[in-house]
Amino acid sequence: MFQNIGEMLVLFWRTLKALPLAFRHGQKVLGQLFEIGNASLFMACVLSLFIGGVLSLQSGPVLAERGLSNLLGGIVGMSMCRELAPVMMAVLIAGRIGSSMAAEIGSMRVYQELDALRTMNINPIHYLVLPRVLAISLALPALVVFSVLTGWLGGALAAVYNPKIAITFSTYYSYLDLVVDPWDVINGLIKSFCFAVVIGVVSCHQGLTTIGGPRGIGRSVTKAVVNSIVLILILDYFLTQLLLHFE
Amino acid sequence: MSVAETKQISVRLRVRGLRKSYDGHPVLKGVDLEVERGEVFVIMGPSGSGKSVLLRHLIGLEAPDEGEVLVEGLPIHGPEVMERYRLAMVFQSGALLNSLNVAENVGLYLSEHRLKPPAEIERVVRDKLTLVGLKGVEAKMPSELSGGMKKRVSIARALVIEPQLILYDEPTSELDPLMAVTIGEEIVRLNEQTQATSVVVTHDRDLAFGIADRMAILLEGELRALGRPEEIRQCQDPAVKAFLEADFKFKRK
Repeated sequence: MFQNIGEMLVLFWRTLKALPLAFRHGQKVLGQLFEIGNASLFMACVLSLFIGGVLSLQSGPVLAERGLSNLLGGIVGMSMCRELAPVMMAVLIAGRIGSSMAAEIGSMRVYQELDALRTMNINPIHYLVLPRVLAISLALPALVVFSVLTGWLGGALAAVYNPKIAITFSTYYSYLDLVVDPWDVINGLIKSFCFAVVIGVVSCHQGLTTIGGPRGIGRSVTKAVVNSIVLILILDYFLTQLLLHFE
Repeated sequence: MSVAETKQISVRLRVRGLRKSYDGHPVLKGVDLEVERGEVFVIMGPSGSGKSVLLRHLIGLEAPDEGEVLVEGLPIHGPEVMERYRLAMVFQSGALLNSLNVAENVGLYLSEHRLKPPAEIERVVRDKLTLVGLKGVEAKMPSELSGGMKKRVSIARALVIEPQLILYDEPTSELDPLMAVTIGEEIVRLNEQTQATSVVVTHDRDLAFGIADRMAILLEGELRALGRPEEIRQCQDPAVKAFLEADFKFKRK
């Protein structure tokens, strides 16, 4: 485990060192961005709509019983942008994109494509890892913005149309506006950026260290997703602690 | 001195005391050999004798436990070799990038290192594909190619580098005899045209004796014979003789 962590830190450092080459790989970054957006945007919006709705359904009636249903917009708004959207989107992207990154690079490793790159003096970190880590680091915060907005909408729809809550859109959004400030959204975006780097580095590392045939690729994919999610949840705690200091 | 400044068209390769083990199991047991500039050198041996491992050491894909590989006197793992000399390898499987089409695969070295403008790369790719007998396949994906075509595309990709040293890993494996002969002819013709030093790893005796200027027999990680093809044929080592003379001898009832 410690060897893996060490290797991932080295990979992260080498990717950071390759950042000045980012413009050179602009086309690859755009290609990856399109793939991530294309594969995940619709799913992210549907997921977030229902997460917001469930949040409203769970907390709305409890608040309504105590005459506090007006606060619902603030609760859903705050929960979505600070915690639920970044974490849920990171889990979604780890499953959809992290797994495909690990599988693609893993199969390249197994079928000697990485060796072919090396014999052409093409650094796999520059060619494969940098564009993927950059793309996912840009795409995940963007997805979180969509997720927050659709999550708020989902919460509003459940709050307005559920008879046990039954508040108006304007009440919902006025309290949301009152409670949520730009820092809360930025807080979520910072978290999602960090999660994206974790997913990118973990998935690429698993791909690059794949051994064996198709079974090895399968093992790498599983490890990429599981390790990413575990690291995201652990990192979430420490990031929350850290970001609370800046408030 | 950069690659562009390197005038000589081929390089000398020297292997000294190369040893490699995997999980305590020795695969190479002290290999010494020299490959002269511009020659076709064949390393032959049965499956599992360590040929491909040796080849991977020759291009720096593996680090030896002991010994060294020198290209014109420079260690293969040093930073200078890749900067000074152009090396290429044709993999047994072709190792084409499956996400790129044939033209992108062949032109990858030029486009990634930004050595030529796109129109020029297109021309070079077309020329190299023509050289290996492939025309009109630029837009095809590797999955649409036969085994022989993949090998040829892989050779074209290696030629784009204008290599001074080109390594072939089992170039005729999985090919029918006709295609194997064609690939063998390509290797000799390209060696004559480009003057690049060529190292071929194979267990195909017909190919080896057909194309080699010099050859080596590798058995269980040790070089058991080294010399010109006619000298190898005269080798009295029983293990080498057994390998060279193995044949199908069935009694029909």
